[in-house]
Amino acid sequence: MLGFVLRRIAMAVPVILILIIFSFVLMRAAPGGPFTKERALPPVVLENINAKYGLDDPFLVQIGTYLKNILFHFDFGPSFVYQDRTVNQIIADGFPVTLTYGFWTFVFAVLVGGALGIVAALKQNTWIDYLAVGFSIGAQALPNFIMAPILVLVFTLWLGWLPGGGWWGGPNDPNSYTSYLVMPVIALATSYLASIARLTRSSMLEVMNSNFIRTARAKGLPDRTIILRHTLKPALIPVISYLGPAFVGMITGSVVVDMFLSTGGIGKDFVQAALNRDYSVIMGITILVGMLTILFNLVVDVLYAWIDPRIRY
Amino acid sequence: MAHVTNVESAIDSTEVIKGRSLWQDARARFFRNKAAVVSLIILILVSLFALFGGMLTPWSNEEIDWNLMGDVRTLGGPSFETKHYFGLDPLGRDLFARVVQGTQISLMIGIVGALISVIVGTLYGATAGFIGGRLDNIMMRIVDILMAIPYMFVLILLLVVFGRSIFMLFVGIGLISWLDMARIARGQTLSIKNKEFVEAAIATGVSTPKIIIRHIVPNLLGVVIVYATLLVPSMIMFESFISFLGLGVQEPLTSWGALINEGAGQMRYGTLWMLGFPLFFFLISLFAFFFFGDGLRDALDPKDR
Repeated sequence: MLGFVLRRIAMAVPVILILIIFSFVLMRAAPGGPFTKERALPPVVLENINAKYGLDDPFLVQIGTYLKNILFHFDFGPSFVYQDRTVNQIIADGFPVTLTYGFWTFVFAVLVGGALGIVAALKQNTWIDYLAVGFSIGAQALPNFIMAPILVLVFTLWLGWLPGGGWWGGPNDPNSYTSYLVMPVIALATSYLASIARLTRSSMLEVMNSNFIRTARAKGLPDRTIILRHTLKPALIPVISYLGPAFVGMITGSVVVDMFLSTGGIGKDFVQAALNRDYSVIMGITILVGMLTILFNLVVDVLYAWIDPRIRY
Repeated sequence: MAHVTNVESAIDSTEVIKGRSLWQDARARFFRNKAAVVSLIILILVSLFALFGGMLTPWSNEEIDWNLMGDVRTLGGPSFETKHYFGLDPLGRDLFARVVQGTQISLMIGIVGALISVIVGTLYGATAGFIGGRLDNIMMRIVDILMAIPYMFVLILLLVVFGRSIFMLFVGIGLISWLDMARIARGQTLSIKNKEFVEAAIATGVSTPKIIIRHIVPNLLGVVIVYATLLVPSMIMFESFISFLGLGVQEPLTSWGALINEGAGQMRYGTLWMLGFPLFFFLISLFAFFFFGDGLRDALDPKDR
């Protein structure tokens, strides 16, 4: 087990390095430097700016410094557009918000999707099952950028129940904390909830038709015990492996939520930076998200191997 | 002698039982699934709309209707009188023409993305699976590494660095879409590479590339087709996501995501047609793709029921 964990970590490290180097090389490959403006700067000014940001060093030195700063100090350097902000400050401003609604989205999608899948499997071929299956196929076509406008239209413009975006402004805010959470969470969770429900249903059905469940029935165990003790655990194992991709999708989706609902997470900074060509911010956020993704996949893999004794590692 | 003719006539009189091929079985199963059949019809209609919709309107997707441009919010709604069947967009352009054009781009992205993934992914996966050993290990580790990268962010990085264009979108989509397909094709290859017909091919000295293309790939088709139909909508969503953020196709070209973003930005002013029409086309097409793919999977891969 320990060997497996170590091997997985050993595989994650080069991925992170490749990601950092790849983004760095890409940035350098861009036509024109980060300070190429429509009106050309005087050469002296440009030289000074380049010296300030270390852009006049040899390429390998630059990449070395960049790597060293990230890996040892977790420092992504200054923003190329905002002179008074570093990438770290921009991330520190937005990231807690992203994490907050990301966490609730995850909880919501897993609990509701899992419950829906279990109920559908237990009531197979009844109207509940058909409804759940229909919903879980259809809801795949409802990604976050479709859900967000629809939710605002219904809950803000028509019903007036929820604020049309923004984030909680402290105790003086007329709206409650939860009211700001509802739309981001539903918008992000819908399509993943659907996939989790589908996955749970099919793996529940598979387990329920297996020999050891038949044995359990044959020896007269009550339904409750069969489901709680013998079915649920093996049935939920495949669902765990889906959590990695789901997590990536939710992080990516936060860009839409931040843009459309102005929640103030890092997504908006990312798109702003993409439009402003603020390279260091784009790279910083890409690398941070990449590291999180890799870390999360690592945790899921280890969890998976730990729960399921059949996994060879 | 008499005996023999008797048998012959007996054979003639019994009805010949026709065998059903795998594909006939699949077709029968597919047409029993009503949701899938309806989806297929919807998809045909949407494609016809994309191909010939432009002929139904006198307006082009770039033309601005100067008469109504100043008052889009009150006068720009859908109407047959002004020949703007879907109304106007915020700049006074005909929304019908723009939806037709956006549908073309979105469908094209979906189909091209799926094609790239089918060709690259199948060959990659079949090669890795068939040759096996160290090469397989290296090839699949590469896939693992690429999969661990948050591609949406990297694609946006690419679009920023090399400028936004449809070509870059295709490059970005081509870079990631084949990964899942490669895994699926490899898994399937592993299960058929020890079958007798492959052994026979090896024994008669057929070269490895030829075995992969002539013997392995055709036997992967069922799984590949099912997965490819599910890839089309996910490619469309991928492009729409980027266009929704304003980082995808550029004016005057448009796509479903860009149109939905445009409409969603205006919905506070009550001009709901700008959101409604693109959203309608996006939703019915994607629903149809998913139900169609689901029906196809049940038809071609019945053990999965």
